[in-house]
Amino acid sequence: MKFSVNGESVEATPAAGQVLRTVLRDLGQFDVKKGCDSGDCGSCTVLLDGEPIHSCILPAHRLEGVEITTVSGLGSPEHPHPLQKSFVDAAGFQCGFCTAGMIVTASTFTEEDLDDLPRLLKSNICRCTGYRSIKDAICGTSNTQTPASGAAAGRSVRAPAGLRITTGEEEFTLDVRTTGLLHLAVLKSPHAHARILSIDTARALAVEGVHAVLTHRDSPATLFSTGRHEMRTDDPDDTLVLDPVLRFIGQRVAAIVADSVAIAQRALALIEVEYEVLPGVFDPHLARQPGAPLLHADKGSDQRVTAPERNVLAEMHGEMGDVDAAIAAADAVATGTWQTQRVNHAALETHATRGWLDSDGRLVLRTSSQVPYLVRDELCHIFDLEPERLRVFTARVGGGFGGKQELFTEDLVTLAVLRTGRPVQYEFTREDEFTLASPRHPIRVSVTLAATADGTLTAMAIDELVDTGAYGNHGIGVMFHSIHESISVYRCANKRVDAESVYTNNLPSGAFRGYGLGQVIFAIESAMDELARTLGMDPFELRRRNVVVPGDDMVVVEPHAETDLLYGSYGLDQCLDLVQDALAGFPSAGSSDVSPAPDPEWRFGTGMALAMIASLPPRGHYADATVTLLASGDFEIGVGTVEFGNGTTTVHTQLVASALGTTVDRVRIRQSDTDVVKYDTGAFGSAGVVVAGKALLAAAEKLRALMLERAYSPGADSGGRGSAPAGLVSGEDGGVSAGLVPDEGGGVPIDLVSDELVEGGGVRIDLVSDELVEGGGVRIGDRHFPAEELLAAGPLTASGRHDGTPRTVAFNVHGFRVAVNPATGEVRILQSVQAADAGTVLNPEQLRGQIEGATAQAIGTALYEEMRLDGAGRVTTTAFRNYHVPRFADIPQTEVFFAETFDALGPLGAKSMSEAPYNPVAPALANAIRDALGIRPHELPMSRERLWRLASHATVDAASGEASGAAE
Amino acid sequence: MDLIDVQEIRVPSARSEIVIGSSEKILAGGTWLFSVPETGLTGLVDITRLGWAPVTRTASALVIAATCTVAELSRLTPPALRTDPVRAGSGYESHTDPYALFWHCANSFLASYKIWNIATVGGNIALALPAGPMISLAASLDAEAVIWMPSGGERRMPVADLVTGVMRTALEPREVLREIVIPFASLDSRTGFRRIALNDLGRTGTLVIARVAPTGETVFTVTGGTSHPVQLRFDGMPSAPELQERVLAIDCWYDDAHGSSDWRRAMSVRFAEQLRLELA
Repeated sequence: MKFSVNGESVEATPAAGQVLRTVLRDLGQFDVKKGCDSGDCGSCTVLLDGEPIHSCILPAHRLEGVEITTVSGLGSPEHPHPLQKSFVDAAGFQCGFCTAGMIVTASTFTEEDLDDLPRLLKSNICRCTGYRSIKDAICGTSNTQTPASGAAAGRSVRAPAGLRITTGEEEFTLDVRTTGLLHLAVLKSPHAHARILSIDTARALAVEGVHAVLTHRDSPATLFSTGRHEMRTDDPDDTLVLDPVLRFIGQRVAAIVADSVAIAQRALALIEVEYEVLPGVFDPHLARQPGAPLLHADKGSDQRVTAPERNVLAEMHGEMGDVDAAIAAADAVATGTWQTQRVNHAALETHATRGWLDSDGRLVLRTSSQVPYLVRDELCHIFDLEPERLRVFTARVGGGFGGKQELFTEDLVTLAVLRTGRPVQYEFTREDEFTLASPRHPIRVSVTLAATADGTLTAMAIDELVDTGAYGNHGIGVMFHSIHESISVYRCANKRVDAESVYTNNLPSGAFRGYGLGQVIFAIESAMDELARTLGMDPFELRRRNVVVPGDDMVVVEPHAETDLLYGSYGLDQCLDLVQDALAGFPSAGSSDVSPAPDPEWRFGTGMALAMIASLPPRGHYADATVTLLASGDFEIGVGTVEFGNGTTTVHTQLVASALGTTVDRVRIRQSDTDVVKYDTGAFGSAGVVVAGKALLAAAEKLRALMLERAYSPGADSGGRGSAPAGLVSGEDGGVSAGLVPDEGGGVPIDLVSDELVEGGGVRIDLVSDELVEGGGVRIGDRHFPAEELLAAGPLTASGRHDGTPRTVAFNVHGFRVAVNPATGEVRILQSVQAADAGTVLNPEQLRGQIEGATAQAIGTALYEEMRLDGAGRVTTTAFRNYHVPRFADIPQTEVFFAETFDALGPLGAKSMSEAPYNPVAPALANAIRDALGIRPHELPMSRERLWRLASHATVDAASGEASGAAE
Repeated sequence: MDLIDVQEIRVPSARSEIVIGSSEKILAGGTWLFSVPETGLTGLVDITRLGWAPVTRTASALVIAATCTVAELSRLTPPALRTDPVRAGSGYESHTDPYALFWHCANSFLASYKIWNIATVGGNIALALPAGPMISLAASLDAEAVIWMPSGGERRMPVADLVTGVMRTALEPREVLREIVIPFASLDSRTGFRRIALNDLGRTGTLVIARVAPTGETVFTVTGGTSHPVQLRFDGMPSAPELQERVLAIDCWYDDAHGSSDWRRAMSVRFAEQLRLELA
């Protein structure tokens, strides 16, 4: 059939059941994205004869003669559509995966439609931004600027991928053609717990187009964890690529590699498997009782499984002081048990890997990951490969939120490529994201707090039960992190922690923004609110009396423990003041205009909560970075950090442009590729700015010194050489001149020890550009040495490294004003305020976007999102239509404030701020709802049905799913 | 998504060409069919090229073809009545004109106006999801379904009876839903609309439409919250206790990710009473 795409006539012969989306991608139209493949998310929106439609559900047999317009048909980087420009200027995207569909949809809006955006954008999901910046983009509000040379740091610079994102040119993981590509499909376990007795693949293998069928007989015998950290020994070795024992519904039984996804999927039915069904356990409390079915009885301390005989993956029990005595002696006690739910990351780009052998026979993986280096290292461990035989890289990644700090697709692709010698792709469906990928850990937390009448906290007792599911990926780390900054933010003489992370036959849980802290902070901050009520004290005041201040040890239950966690800066006091003042100032210009009908039913309340977070994970986080001067006067940076909406890449260009007296458009980026720099632990634990950014800043500072050196050196110039003015190479730069090695003309990077350059006990690096380095060259007096001249004596590259220690702390405080209708359970957010202590704010608009996006995701967690299981291990919410990710209509505007602090440890005084803003939101909202209703919610999400039930004291309908939901 | 087992799509241009095999389905807009894996579905019969006029009028009724798109249907509501449905649960701006229902029911889809361009009225009814807003619309207006039988004849039944359960209908295999017939008598009524979901603009938790005919007959139609449409008929406006008793007597409250049965029941009771006062 013939139709047109962006004005060009095309011919295609779609398969009978094919949809427009895949037809377009088969034609190489990669600007049309797959977010859900079910018509729910809008990422695939195109115009069909001028009308916006979701191409993933449009049958292709109707295409004869139609005109299709995709986002790249609206404009190009050279000639952008006004919306393509305004989405860049407004900073209207983060990961950018939804952007094509968002712009195509908005391109049809009229002036009057701008008042109707909640309705018109209800089937466009953005998981990153919180929608405020999208509204700005559609309405033509610019939030960014173009700073002068050397002035980028601290300003709202646009993301470097800008117009490439908005015109659909930027490549995500699968947006590239590979000839001869095979596809992989997985046979999933129908049982929550079973052993494979026999498996016959002959019939499947006989199907034309099937190249391989992989079973546990093909699997390496090396145990590993899908969760990835710097130290592999942080995670349990409890997983195989293909395991003969199945521990959750959906676990891989076998994989088929075939010419197409359809052939592979159809052949799955021909694999004959005989199972021995084993008893399962689905409640983490029951799982640790005697007699419960055991999931990993064959493992033990060698695999870092603490107590396999009672399904306990990890535990921590400790007490300081005498908690019981303190409670007995207290004037006020608050206690309760809180339960959080499974939350799906809902990154719009699903997990996917494409792998092939390059011309040297080296295995190459292009994957949707936050941690390409950790993936490489673990695959080398599993498959016994030398690191030189494996390259792992990412293109731009469509969202992460912790969900891509895992090894979910790469291992099978490795196995399949090594087996077939052919390029192979494994792409998760949206349903796979719900049934195979690891959600946020559901955690039950009991808290008891005690205080004296003056509000001095005297006891904190925490009892925590974590459902890690069938495998332990992140189940250890999340548990230990969850009870750290949540507890250590408070000074208290008597503290007790009992925490266990327990295996069940449920879907494995994983890393999620906040890494366990949010769940425990929800409980503790709710209990603190209750304690303030009991004491008759203002909740801000109770916090002020008890939070740690510089000089205090940050203690969980072990006083004076050795730690690398320091106060590089402290802005919690400012954050508390900012939020309290903003709530008191309601209604203000920044308040949400969403107000309920003037109905006497509605009740009103305010609430707040705080959160502390370490600026990065403990026990090492390493980054190498390079900066190279190019003959054009541009700089090329090499950095390991993945860009998935974190905005790190923007900040990296700012740091380099500032250090080298140039503008961000002169900074070219090579990133997230094991071939680019030596090593990078990865983009998790909010490390992208404070670790890789520091390494990069160090490299840039060194390159600046090298450029100056070159200008004064014999090889640089025939005439204008002068003597180095005093102070040209500053005191901190001593390492540079000392470490300078003669260039040997071969472009070998000059490796210097970097750390002392920018650390030196927290030396503040001057932000003002050295007038001697500008525009990619050096100016000495009237004499200009352009880059070309500096490079005449050989290439100029500097590298930097940072090891992620010591670490600092960041703070967030959130406040809400709500109206709640007890008759329906509806919550209206009238005011949402967050104050963040992020140290130096390197990019105000981007940081605002991170905080708004985190707030939106947390509002989803607090009010709407809930992965439901049937009590026997089966996930029943397997599509966006059954799992409500917040839409435009759901998210109020959040007023964002920044504390004014300068961190001694971070780059240019900055701290990390991407997970942190998520953490205080749910308890602040719960406390506001408590204030309004007079009844405290203990369970997330605080859905309309739950709040209505609380308010009406209705008993739980036995027929409803509530009982099983709560028991999970 | 691609339906990998489908080997053939036929596009009949006349009724005589409609042949539906045992592992085949009728395809209208396709916005649902292509949104879920359809294992074992080998063929589709596309009924959107039969030339059915989307909306026609007879002497006594407004006739909506099964293939009328939701977008076309929504335009039956005059612009002045197309008020903001965001806060339908509370603070809803009420219209007693039944022509407002087309717009409100279209906006009761979880799906946006982009889907309305393709999705059809008949497809939504035949799919028989509790939250199917075209079912709410048709049932509340006492619309009749016209069904083409494979033998060549046709039969009629109320849409409220056509939908018998969650994704279950009274359609026999190979029958085709041709159109729905909305009697003008229903459109001479005064109506009221209430809906709530677990989030604003979300998939329906419960949807109650009340209709008072010129004769005084009063009908409350509950959908979304129930596994099939439930109509409560009264000769005149019931008293509050009478109405509440009838709503509470409904025995098919639905329970899924879009609302627990107890909440749906309570919201339905609340909305019925609000509508009773509004139309009294």
